[in-house]
Amino acid sequence: MRIKPKIWLTRHIQVGLSALGRLSRTPLSTLMTTTVIGITLALPTGLYLLLTNLQHLAGSWERTTTISLFLQMNTADQQTGQLARRLRQRDGIDRVEVISRNAAMQEFRRLSGFSEALEALGDNPLPPVLVIQPGLRFDDPDHAEKLLEEMRTLPEVDIARLDMQWVKRFHAITEIARRGVLVIASLLGMAVLLVIGNTIRLEIQNRRAEIEVTRLVGATNAFIRRPFLYSGLWYGLLGGAIAWLLVSVAFWLLQNPVERLAALYHSQFGLTTMDASLILTLLGGSALLGLFGSWLSVSRHLSGSEPD
Amino acid sequence: MIQFENVGKRYPGGHEGVRNLSFHIEPGEMVFLTGHSGAGKSTLLKLVLLLERCTRGQVRVNGRNLARLRPRQIPYHRRDVGMVFQNHRLLSDRTVFDNVALSLVVRGLGRQEIGRRVRAALDKVGLLELERSYPLTLSGGEQQRVGIARAVVSRPPVVLADEPTGNLDPELSREVMALFEQFNQVGVTLLIATHDLDLISRMGRRILTLQNGNLDRDSAALVRDAD
Ligand SMILES: Nc1ncnc2c1ncn2[C@@H]1O[C@H](COP(=O)(O)OP(=O)(O)OP(=O)(O)O)[C@@H](O)[C@H]1O
Ligand SMILES: [Mg+2]
Repeated sequence: MRIKPKIWLTRHIQVGLSALGRLSRTPLSTLMTTTVIGITLALPTGLYLLLTNLQHLAGSWERTTTISLFLQMNTADQQTGQLARRLRQRDGIDRVEVISRNAAMQEFRRLSGFSEALEALGDNPLPPVLVIQPGLRFDDPDHAEKLLEEMRTLPEVDIARLDMQWVKRFHAITEIARRGVLVIASLLGMAVLLVIGNTIRLEIQNRRAEIEVTRLVGATNAFIRRPFLYSGLWYGLLGGAIAWLLVSVAFWLLQNPVERLAALYHSQFGLTTMDASLILTLLGGSALLGLFGSWLSVSRHLSGSEPD
Repeated sequence: MIQFENVGKRYPGGHEGVRNLSFHIEPGEMVFLTGHSGAGKSTLLKLVLLLERCTRGQVRVNGRNLARLRPRQIPYHRRDVGMVFQNHRLLSDRTVFDNVALSLVVRGLGRQEIGRRVRAALDKVGLLELERSYPLTLSGGEQQRVGIARAVVSRPPVVLADEPTGNLDPELSREVMALFEQFNQVGVTLLIATHDLDLISRMGRRILTLQNGNLDRDSAALVRDAD
């Protein structure tokens, strides 16, 4: 006999809720299992968040990176101004500062103390300079570099310079760290699979009699598996929620010290906490891990009980 | 309806559950199965329900050759065969109602339909007022009747019973047998294993007698021979 879709749906909801009910009837062991899962998942989540923050921090340093364009000696002030206006309208450039030849000279005099020697020179040896601040691009660490290449091709530009070496190194390091977090996350994900698989195995053992009788009255394999799959799903989801809680608390505790530290450096840097997409990823991922873990356990421990 | 052809069942380890059985049970028949302890009665019933597979010969139930059934088809075969177990096999953490409902829940029936049919079955076995009780609070006879209700609630064409009166006093045994006769009257094919020779000899139904895994006597065959 075919099952109507509505009945099918209510059946799933019933099985899901009764699996949750079973977990709530043994609160202590459920809490222990889900806490183990929560701690295991909190580690990679926390590391990932830490890394995101480091990258934002690097971003805020990147903001202080500038490209200096030393223009051709013969560039007139008017031309310089035009070029500056053109660049300001361009995408990917935040700010353009104009240092005219005279201004450059005055600045040099003030800073170098070579004023007499410069007087003797007679002519102003300094070119006009444009100082460009590249716009911030998290998605593209090479943005400033590309901009530099482009600036070099401008006919007015004599020399274009950028010191970004350390920013590049930092990006390389965070990239390695990101891979590391990925490896750790995979290992701990496997640990979660094992924890859930083992929990479900025990549950199957405890409910042997029920499973057998259910089979005798004509239950399909899918019917018998379903409650265990839902148990696994709940374990994963609850573990994910605990991980969320743990990471949130940890970052909440970090928030104040970090802001005080940032203030000392006159930085606007604020700690990034878990956003909706990270929370969804964590909960969805943990639920899937739970489902998969119990699926593995169920396939191993429920098969083979039929004569073949 | 149930057809055995030279059926043997050797358990792993070499024990012979049944050796060489051949018989037919027609649709709508009510047949008793008897024989000494260890004769193979439970084994025979298990072969019909496909709790065990025979190691030789052929078992056909309701037109199906059981040897041909693949594992995923077994549940659907079992839905055609209600079984009453020797030791009841009720779930002690579920109410009487839920135990009986299990047969319908696995078929994916709706709630109202389940409620209606379970109450009808419990009413039939006289346990309607105990639907909220738990099996362990019931007497042996009451538990046996819950098991019967669970076997028939889905109205299967075949019902098997393994010593359904094993724990009952003569009065209750007669009642249970009367119940089975009622099911038989609405067309259910019944195969009932029992030691209670007194009771069944007075019922005038076909009796299969097993001895050491062989069919020792078939009362229907005797009648046929006498004609
Ligand atoms: N799972 C098993 N493994 C091995 N041998 C078994 C198994 N089940 C039954 N047997 C053997 O098969 C034979 C028949 O057993 P079966 O349970 O069918 O007898 P029975 O007629 O139902 O007896 P009883 O009246 O005591 O219930 C016995 O010799 C028994 O030892
Ligand atoms: Mg027996």
